[in-house]
Amino acid sequence: MPDVYPLTSGDATLIAHSVDGVFIFILAIASFFFLLTQGFLIYFALKYRRRKGIEQPTPYITGNTVLEIVWVIIPSLLLVAIFGYGMVVFLRMRTPIPGAMEVQVTASQFQWSFKYPDGRTALNELRLPVGKPVKLIMTSKDVIHGFFVPAYRQKQDVLPGRYTYLWFLPRQAGSFDLYCSQYCGTGHSIMRGKILVMPVADYQAWEEREEQKQKGAAASPVEKGEKLFQDSGCLGCHSIDGTPKVGPTLKGIFGSTVVLDNGKTLTADEEYLRESIVDPNAKIVKGYQPVMPTFKATLKDDDVAAIIAYLKTLK
Amino acid sequence: MDHAPEATAGHHGSYLAEKTLRSWALTLDHKRIGVLYICTTLFFFLVGGVVALLLRLKLLTPGPALFSDHTYNVLFTIHGAIMIFLFVIPAIPSSLGNFFIPLMIGARDVVFPRLNLFSYWCFVAGIVVILGSLVSPMDTGWTFYTPYSEQTSAAVTVLSGGLFLVGLSSILTGLNFIVTIHTMRAPGMTWYRMPLFIWAMYATSVIQVLATPVIGITFILLAAERVLGIGFFDPAKGGDPLLFQHFFWFYSHPVVYVMILPAMGIISEVVPVFSRKPIFGYRAIAYSALAIAFIGFLVWGHHMFVSGMGTLAGIVFSFLTFFVAVPTGVKIFNWIATLYRGSISLDSPMLYALTFIFLFIIGGLTGLFLGSLATDVHVHDTYFLVAHFHYTMMGGTVMGLFAGLHYWFPKVTGRMLNEKLAKYAWGLILVGFNLTFFPMFILGMQGMPRRYAEYPAKYQGLNIVATVGSWVLALGVFLMFLNFIRSLRRGGLAPDNPWRGLTLEWSTSSPPPEENFAEIPTVSEWPYNYGEKPERRTEGKRER
Amino acid sequence: MSADAGNKHAGAPVSARLGIWAFLATELLLFGGLFTAYTVFRISYPDLFHLQHLKLNRILGASNTVILLTSSLSMALAIAAIRQGQRKLMEIGVATTLFCGACFLGIKYLEWSEDFARGLFPRSNLFFGLYFVMTGLHGLHVILGMAVMVWLLIKGRQGVFSGDYNTPVEITGLYWHFVDIIWIYLFPLFYLVG
Repeated sequence: MPDVYPLTSGDATLIAHSVDGVFIFILAIASFFFLLTQGFLIYFALKYRRRKGIEQPTPYITGNTVLEIVWVIIPSLLLVAIFGYGMVVFLRMRTPIPGAMEVQVTASQFQWSFKYPDGRTALNELRLPVGKPVKLIMTSKDVIHGFFVPAYRQKQDVLPGRYTYLWFLPRQAGSFDLYCSQYCGTGHSIMRGKILVMPVADYQAWEEREEQKQKGAAASPVEKGEKLFQDSGCLGCHSIDGTPKVGPTLKGIFGSTVVLDNGKTLTADEEYLRESIVDPNAKIVKGYQPVMPTFKATLKDDDVAAIIAYLKTLK
Repeated sequence: MDHAPEATAGHHGSYLAEKTLRSWALTLDHKRIGVLYICTTLFFFLVGGVVALLLRLKLLTPGPALFSDHTYNVLFTIHGAIMIFLFVIPAIPSSLGNFFIPLMIGARDVVFPRLNLFSYWCFVAGIVVILGSLVSPMDTGWTFYTPYSEQTSAAVTVLSGGLFLVGLSSILTGLNFIVTIHTMRAPGMTWYRMPLFIWAMYATSVIQVLATPVIGITFILLAAERVLGIGFFDPAKGGDPLLFQHFFWFYSHPVVYVMILPAMGIISEVVPVFSRKPIFGYRAIAYSALAIAFIGFLVWGHHMFVSGMGTLAGIVFSFLTFFVAVPTGVKIFNWIATLYRGSISLDSPMLYALTFIFLFIIGGLTGLFLGSLATDVHVHDTYFLVAHFHYTMMGGTVMGLFAGLHYWFPKVTGRMLNEKLAKYAWGLILVGFNLTFFPMFILGMQGMPRRYAEYPAKYQGLNIVATVGSWVLALGVFLMFLNFIRSLRRGGLAPDNPWRGLTLEWSTSSPPPEENFAEIPTVSEWPYNYGEKPERRTEGKRER
Repeated sequence: MSADAGNKHAGAPVSARLGIWAFLATELLLFGGLFTAYTVFRISYPDLFHLQHLKLNRILGASNTVILLTSSLSMALAIAAIRQGQRKLMEIGVATTLFCGACFLGIKYLEWSEDFARGLFPRSNLFFGLYFVMTGLHGLHVILGMAVMVWLLIKGRQGVFSGDYNTPVEITGLYWHFVDIIWIYLFPLFYLVG
């Protein structure tokens, strides 16, 4: 229910369906009381309004204890019911199924980093097979973030210095939005990612390809760079078709003339591109915000070299 | 920053008679201090409102536009901090409370007038410091969550100091009111003859005195963290960011009742007067104010269901939270029951009072989704929460304030408002408000997180509706202020008791004389003797 | 602050007393926040608290406790005296209290400078962070109380107080006892960690 138009997304995970049940339950009770109270409010306000400014005699009523008590007891019982139902579903939401695949999540300003059980890492994109329970073990490198997947009706703050967790069982293949829900700084609203849920066969095929690539590593720097470019989530902020997004476009970046926010200009050479990846806020392009996170820890030197090789091909 | 309130037609001996700047700045008169608060807080309402319009304008498009994301973050911080700390918290207690508590209990002033003046200047000093922090504006949101607030702009330290002063002012005002209500009531005014506004202000003051020091110490610690490098809230130094959240919400939850209870008090005054009926269930309303104040201290954890504080704590806090709904429901029931078989005149104060009830019901019912654990996980930190908060605070407190301003304008200024203009403004505000905030419920359900400078394009449609709504709302508020300013000079002279109310403030002249009452009244009945009482005495108990 | 209502209203002493109790309730919650933080961190880091507290000077802390208790006694005597209209005795009582307060601050100054000399600062660790913030805030309250007492002495000289009008002395006394009680808790929490 919470997703108004894609009504079906309530089946995206095991728990999402139950949450929607609670939602509809509360909505039914709330609607009843909404109609009851607003109905009387508007009905009385219109029916007993003064016509032509003539004041009618009014009765002297100061209260009615029985009504008052009824009005306390019935809503109280309903409130306890709402609480109980919400609690039961919440407990299920917080109790992982044994044997769930564990994925480490590290949040930092302003990106999500995932580490699979086999040690592979990915940025801002979590691929999962359909029908397998997953437990995310999450921590933050800097400030508090919030892991929020609307379609899954799940949210959990991610704190520095401790682990929090979240689990779910995807039931539908598809791509689901991941947002940062706890304000974390300038780039908070661009700290978004995707959860890609794939049919089991596709997932296994993808996993194998990944392993091949890792083992092989024989790919040319340009190919390797392209893959790293995509996996590192660069496309979230930089286009390769010339449109400016959060960051400047990278189309034809190599060798171009860059105007910085301090008015200086320079030519985008290898060193400039390298610095922009490992220490992105050292030089800021005019008209943009210093929001890009450093990739110093995530990309090795030859990774950076490969990405630069790839950037050179973006004409 | 106060526009010196324009002088009005007050006859000689009116509290407005003296016109020098000094007579305002150093006044010990609770009425003048009240007026100073009204002007100051309304000024910041407008400032916060303009900032809100900018925010809405930026959200018209999903991508980068108008100003940078950082500026957006700064602006929503300013909007939140100004609206909460400089407007909504002091708006009714310090302004209308100051003006009307002594008048309604039949006293010449509050018990500690010099302390009252000190509170006001403490408030102003706090404002100056807060404005000073804008030199390097901060972008933490009004919640100042650590550790982000320890890393960003150093203005956080300065702002903490300013908010500490504002908090001190709030504490001292609450203390003043508690003692005033205990010791200064007119002869014959027993506790159960007090107007319900006084009950509400009493409950409010208790919260102010008991909750505000906790945020005070939190701000001291936050500043100490930054200046001295201690790490109470910084995990890197062994501290605990959740401790900050517990401290913050231990204050900031009860304080929403500091905001809403006085507004409920105003509604309890306005509804019987304009229905010409006694208030229904006087004691139930009075006790429910105390109950809300008490339970309000036990539910702060419902702001932290997804913070990582633990499942059991979440369950306990959720359970307690639902009990706040009971006394709130009692009030709604009693107001609506008061309307039954009344002779209702839909003048502007009553229209705002009915609007309060209408919007607050929506705010209250949507609170159920946030109080329930399973659904809160989904809607927490989304626009659903933003909508809920604005329905209770703007739809609740601010509508209550507007009801109070329209109700008491004749008493405060001695002039009547233009009723026609007031109704136009009301219509625009009602439509604009719902247009602005109702779409946010849906946006939140669809998962749009709050505090997003840029958002996925799929949410744009409803954002456009909300932004357009904000323009209608702004136009309505503009008309309302136009009416206030115009009526100060051009409004008709107000009779002493234009609405034929029975509370004591209506028994003195409009505007009241400096000493409030020529002679301290003696009270022999409660102030809600409207309607055909079996052995009815004429027009209540006016003593003059 | 509570002298405002002055002697004009018959109920002034009640209002003053009610006012100061409300104020003390506020103060209690102000310190309550710090005591909560203390509890949380002591539970999380029992060893740190034990090891660090050994670095504090127990003898100085204990003497400060004695000094403050004495000052509470002299303040109580001052109140008893002025109730019977004995101005001279009241002045002696307040002056003694003031002197004790000064001694307390002097010793606190010695302790702090010793800590600084040994490289113990608020940022050293959570224990010392709490120690400096809590004793510092308490120290500020002592200074505030002493300032009010100076004012009491000046007013006392002018002969303002008598057996009939002594509200300021009384409420200052209440405030001072409160400050004293806070220290009674601070002392074992910091100097005598088990």
